[in-house]
Amino acid sequence: MSPISRGFHGRRREAAGDAGRVPPGQYLTDDFPVLSAGPTPHTPLEKWTFSIRQGGDTSKSWSWAEIRDLPEEDVTADIHCVTRWSKLDTRWQAVSIDTLLAQVEHQARYVLAFCDGGYTTNLPLGDVTGGQAWLAYGYDGSPLQPEHGGPARLLVPHLYFWKSAKWVRGLELLDVDEPGFWERYGYNNYGDPWREQRYAGD
Amino acid sequence: MAGTAVRGRLTWQVATVESLRPETASVRTIDLAVPGWAGHQAGQHLDIRLTADDGYVAERSYSIASAPGEPVMVTVERLEDGEVSPYLTEELRAGDEIEVRGPIGGYFVWDGNEAEPPVLLVAGGSGVVPFRSILRHRAAIGSAVPFRLLYSARSLPDVIYRAELDHPGDGVEVIYTLTRQQPSGWTGHSGRVTPALLGEAAWPVSRRPLAFVCGPTAFVETVAAALVDFGYPPERIKTERYGGTGATG
Amino acid sequence: MTAFDETQLSDRTLDGNAIGGQLREVFGTEMTAAVGTCASCGATAQLAETLVYLNAMGTVVRCRTCTAILLVVIKRGEVNCVDLQGLSALTTEAG
Repeated sequence: MSPISRGFHGRRREAAGDAGRVPPGQYLTDDFPVLSAGPTPHTPLEKWTFSIRQGGDTSKSWSWAEIRDLPEEDVTADIHCVTRWSKLDTRWQAVSIDTLLAQVEHQARYVLAFCDGGYTTNLPLGDVTGGQAWLAYGYDGSPLQPEHGGPARLLVPHLYFWKSAKWVRGLELLDVDEPGFWERYGYNNYGDPWREQRYAGD
Repeated sequence: MAGTAVRGRLTWQVATVESLRPETASVRTIDLAVPGWAGHQAGQHLDIRLTADDGYVAERSYSIASAPGEPVMVTVERLEDGEVSPYLTEELRAGDEIEVRGPIGGYFVWDGNEAEPPVLLVAGGSGVVPFRSILRHRAAIGSAVPFRLLYSARSLPDVIYRAELDHPGDGVEVIYTLTRQQPSGWTGHSGRVTPALLGEAAWPVSRRPLAFVCGPTAFVETVAAALVDFGYPPERIKTERYGGTGATG
Repeated sequence: MTAFDETQLSDRTLDGNAIGGQLREVFGTEMTAAVGTCASCGATAQLAETLVYLNAMGTVVRCRTCTAILLVVIKRGEVNCVDLQGLSALTTEAG
């Protein structure tokens, strides 16, 4: 049992007061911590595309301009990081993943998001459809910053935030689930914050 | 070599703060009593772990400022956006207990075993801390190895250990460069460490020097690259990066 | 759209010195001077010189030459989960 360090408080945080909105084991923060596993990618917008791939082929691809032409949604969401911080009422400008998937014929059951820099994360198809997931390019009214995943990231707020892949470039549609980056290194395959599914086996 | 403690699992242990003293307006030195401390090598660091009353834990690494054989001393710079450094530099009091783990590090160390090649130390800001340990160790073992310390600080009041560094002892030359502010009448160097300044301070490659570079990441990258350009073999340059402002604090 | 102006290697990156304690936990001995060989590009480097991303999710150690992942350490309670597949070799000095 570690001794308490007299007078040490650490980063400003609050105990979960609003019990209904904060999952177990989390604390609230006003910050927006940046967690990085690698160098920040920089794809110029004129080269950036978002693709849906299946069976080794690209089924559909959008340029930046084409994505920005799609219906934009203002999304307000609570987000929960597996490292225990939660941030309420974050505001995003985004395109619904439903809008993108509607343009592709498929019978996939899983997706694997792939990103600049090599990051991947996997989700069941049912968790990125039905208004639960977005391709987000704006945060709080401004363009999404590179350190937070800009130009665009996946936004899937009902799962731990590592599933909201930064620098996302597309979705691979799969019949068989394939663990992504953190899932392979020991994090939970699904990541439901309300059941505290942090690590594999939780 | 007494107490190198490189083998075996390190465990966290409770250390007591013996005393504290300011070095500069934003830097404080902490003397620690660590029971059963196995000794350390010059250049090593220790980890500090703090626990808040709700169980929140933060951990950071700090270079050991004292020489091998001396009581454990660390020097901490208060980083503006820091989480741990404001606590250590402002709140911590004599008598407080903190958890430490160490000594750690087998790469960024100077034992004084190489008798011949001169040593270049290049410090950016609080990167000078492990060099204090190295310089005191050099003096303690009576080494005659020629040393140069090139120390980049924002201003003269920001120079850590100034009283000691102004009297470095035989065979040690200290060169300051003040990047933001210089006192009136300053005849020393100003501005950042440039290849030109480094060229003046660095030992010639023909003497097979050893270089240690410590400080913020960008500083270390720039200096190390310049030394490589001068012809220093990369394996003769040892680096220790402290991250950017706010990266660890 | 705004063109972001940022250095490729962030000033926040650390090197293997910063994880000396964690490496001691994992390997039971001092490892910052150990030499690793990148399985991706073949470059060798002492672990102290690797590119380290240290955050609360896990420690990601990358090859400074090609940025491929060398090793990943995740801490789960008291247990370290280590993946070393990015290293084709890792050697320490004898003694």
